[in-house]
Amino acid sequence: MKKRLFTALLALSLLCTVLLPALTSCDSESGGITTLYVYNWGEYLSDGSEGTLPVNDMFEEWYYETYGERVKVNYSTFSSNETMYAKISSGSVNYDVIVPSDYMIERLIDEGLLAKLDYGNIPEIGNILPDFQNADYDPDKNGDGYNDYSVPYLYGMIGIIYNTTMVDEEDIGSWDLMWNEKYEGNILQFNNSRDAFGSAMYNLGLWDQINTDDEAIWRQALEELKKQKPILQGYVMDEIYNKMENGSAAIAAYYAGDYLTMYENNEDLEFYYPREGTNLYVDAMCVPASSQNKTVAERYINYMLTAEPAIANAEYTYYASPNKLVVEDEEYVAYMNDIKDDGYEKMYVTTDVDGNEVQTSSYRNLKGDKLLLLNNLWEELKSDISVSGGIYAICGVILGTMTGFIIFFAVRRKKRNIY
Amino acid sequence: MRGKNAFQKFAAVPHSVWVVMFIVAPLLFVLGFAFRGNDGSFSFSNIAELAQYGNVFILSIAFALIATVVCLLIGYPLAYFMSRQSARTQRILMVMVMLPMWCNLLIRTYALMALLDNGGLLNSLLESMGLEKLPIVGTNFGVILGMVYDFLPYMVLPIFTSMTKLDQRYIEASYDLGCNGWQTMTKVIMPLTASGVISGVTMVFVPSISTFYISQKLGAGKIDLVGDTIERLFQNTSTYGVGAAISLVMMILILISVGVMNRFSNDGTDPVATVKRGGPAK
Amino acid sequence: MKILSKCYIGIIFFLLYIPIAVLILFSFNEAGSLAEFTGFTTAWYEELFLDEEAFSSLMNSLILAISSSLIATVIGTFGALGLHRMRNRYIKGAVNSMTNVPMMNPDIVTGVSMMLLFVTLAGILHAKSFFGFGTMLVAHVTFNLPYVLLSVMPRFKQLDKSLSEAAQDLGCTPARAFFSVELPQIIPGIISGLMLGFTMSLDDFVISHFVSSPDFQTLPLYVYNQTSHNVKFSMYALCSIIVLTILLILIAVNFAGGKKKGKGGTK
Repeated sequence: MKKRLFTALLALSLLCTVLLPALTSCDSESGGITTLYVYNWGEYLSDGSEGTLPVNDMFEEWYYETYGERVKVNYSTFSSNETMYAKISSGSVNYDVIVPSDYMIERLIDEGLLAKLDYGNIPEIGNILPDFQNADYDPDKNGDGYNDYSVPYLYGMIGIIYNTTMVDEEDIGSWDLMWNEKYEGNILQFNNSRDAFGSAMYNLGLWDQINTDDEAIWRQALEELKKQKPILQGYVMDEIYNKMENGSAAIAAYYAGDYLTMYENNEDLEFYYPREGTNLYVDAMCVPASSQNKTVAERYINYMLTAEPAIANAEYTYYASPNKLVVEDEEYVAYMNDIKDDGYEKMYVTTDVDGNEVQTSSYRNLKGDKLLLLNNLWEELKSDISVSGGIYAICGVILGTMTGFIIFFAVRRKKRNIY
Repeated sequence: MRGKNAFQKFAAVPHSVWVVMFIVAPLLFVLGFAFRGNDGSFSFSNIAELAQYGNVFILSIAFALIATVVCLLIGYPLAYFMSRQSARTQRILMVMVMLPMWCNLLIRTYALMALLDNGGLLNSLLESMGLEKLPIVGTNFGVILGMVYDFLPYMVLPIFTSMTKLDQRYIEASYDLGCNGWQTMTKVIMPLTASGVISGVTMVFVPSISTFYISQKLGAGKIDLVGDTIERLFQNTSTYGVGAAISLVMMILILISVGVMNRFSNDGTDPVATVKRGGPAK
Repeated sequence: MKILSKCYIGIIFFLLYIPIAVLILFSFNEAGSLAEFTGFTTAWYEELFLDEEAFSSLMNSLILAISSSLIATVIGTFGALGLHRMRNRYIKGAVNSMTNVPMMNPDIVTGVSMMLLFVTLAGILHAKSFFGFGTMLVAHVTFNLPYVLLSVMPRFKQLDKSLSEAAQDLGCTPARAFFSVELPQIIPGIISGLMLGFTMSLDDFVISHFVSSPDFQTLPLYVYNQTSHNVKFSMYALCSIIVLTILLILIAVNFAGGKKKGKGGTK
């Protein structure tokens, strides 16, 4: 009886090992359901939590009603352009829609990793304001008036968030705040090379040099960052939300829209655009060249341009929208001002604390040597660690004691052998 | 008898093939990538890059050493005291040691960070008592504390196991022969639990030196250890060559230290294996 | 002395459990903050149960843990049999020690080496979506193998060779002799190997981190992603549930099954 049971068990396990991979790999392709892989920034799409609209579910329903086919959206998120690029360029993962930032789009285009969009499938493209078409990072080469590879999703500027209970009013207004030794241990810097070096260049007053060919300027920025490292609490990305909201840190530069998300949870937080100038970024939807469902992907992009999902996303993320259906919507403006008195203005108008217009510049793709240089400098910054004398001392004591023990035991063992 | 030979000969074939394909080959790939230049030819350029990570290596080794010693200093007495309790209590305590071991490391580390962060419970308690805030996250102390907190159970369990296996009659005999408490401890108990200590030390040292989640959370991305560097080079900047070179050095470093520790283990059994098996299996 | 030692035990366990206890306590916190407790709520648990991503990660984790531990057990058991009978000492020693490499190596090195293999293979095969369930499965089987071998090998060493020979003298084929005479005796080892592999696989984060793709996310990967974003409080609820589940399993294994102690052991 027992024997038979075990034989059965073994047979079953063998069967499982053969069938399981087959089963799981099947349901993504066959069975009449197409899976659309969407790869977006974290917290960057209205997901249905806390009473927002579940945009992806809505798309699935809408798609079934319009085209009579089932699509399942597989939604995953990244926390920096570089992480996303590492996944895309390794060629080992497959996505249908990705949402990189401007300079990364340029890089992906240069490397042939994006597919040209067929605007026949994206009739709602006219909703995007003309300012955002024929962009520097994705110029309109075929003359249809639109970007060749990308459809702008949301945009914004980088500003400095600070906690009014921890930071004195007279210190604010400039990038300098991030280098202010008074707030040692309470400052957070970007944990991605582009934004970190950018912030250093803006602080140096080089707002128009952020894409420079001059190695000396990059090195100057590195020195600025090295100077800043000891007073930082850390290099973080989206951990910033919790840290700023619960008062773990006092000062951080981050993307404007995210400020309002944090403000919702902690009204002590304030925000300004530094007077030395700041970064303007556009995140846009693209289809990777490796996509196996390009048409469905384009329909997804098209759906995101229609009023309901576009407003839902803008209201969820608080980022500025390049979509005229959004910015012209009065309810949306009211909603933004409801979060904070000047919520709408903060996201769309770049003025510093004195009310002057702030210069903005955008990152461009760094080619070849420059990119390598940036990576190397970033590594240099991250591995710039000083080992204090105390640590050496403690380790010396530990290693000394250990050697002592070993010698002691060796001697004792020898002695014993003699007896 | 040919059938017999065939069955037994081929029984190990799938296993051996698997080992070659998915254990040996990947290690060769690490070796290959570490010694491959940008143009694909043999080169030491990746190894040369290692120079700038000197301090990162020193810091990682130092942190792992300190964490291991602290775990030992806390864990040994704990295991000893535990083994002095009644059988029932011992069982409960054993489960209490194993629970954190079974819990995912990410959860424990995150819980610790959330507690110790400047705006966390500890600091808001300190503040409400009118005391200064104690910055822990983003400091060396924080990272070491995280390692100790996360890996202490790995130290306690093997020592505790070897304590319970200890024959009580040895201890009685040592008292009968005129040893005092301290002498019994150093001459009888400690030597007889040495193999447990060695397992524990290995179990704490290896994950401490290679961690990246602990330093990411408790070091706030500012204190980069070897693990963080490897993780960043592979997952962020896609510079596999340098990453492979660092992995290679770390692997050699660990194999040497584990080898050295194995030499001191009396019974010759593999300490890591014993503990990893002894841990969750029981 | 007795009291002192009890105090010491108490203090260490108190410190060890405080973060977890706080996590569980605050998963019921109305405010959704870790700084102060404002009121009791189960809202975060409700939110968690509506979270499809968490649920599918759990399912993925289970599928992966079951299939990888089963495959590893089958391969490892036959491997142990073959190695046990193998005459050539060098091959035997080589295979044995290579199998143990993933156990000795830090997880990150195993993960990275696997990733390099898969990246290269994907490049050669021009595969577009190479990473995913398949790569995860291979990686998990690989790091489960040494544990299976460790659990099963000692059982083979205890086997009485003459039993199998007797069976064959009585007319069994070698395979039949293995299945009907030897297998039942090594079953406890196989089961403990299976359980060990299952838990190892369920718990693994580091190796999975390097060989996964976002379309096959396991529970630890989900927790990792959650903790590097804006952490929702439903994450605390999830962690609390995981901790409590493990506690229940441990209590069940250690106390309910206590009388049969030694039966499932690996010695």
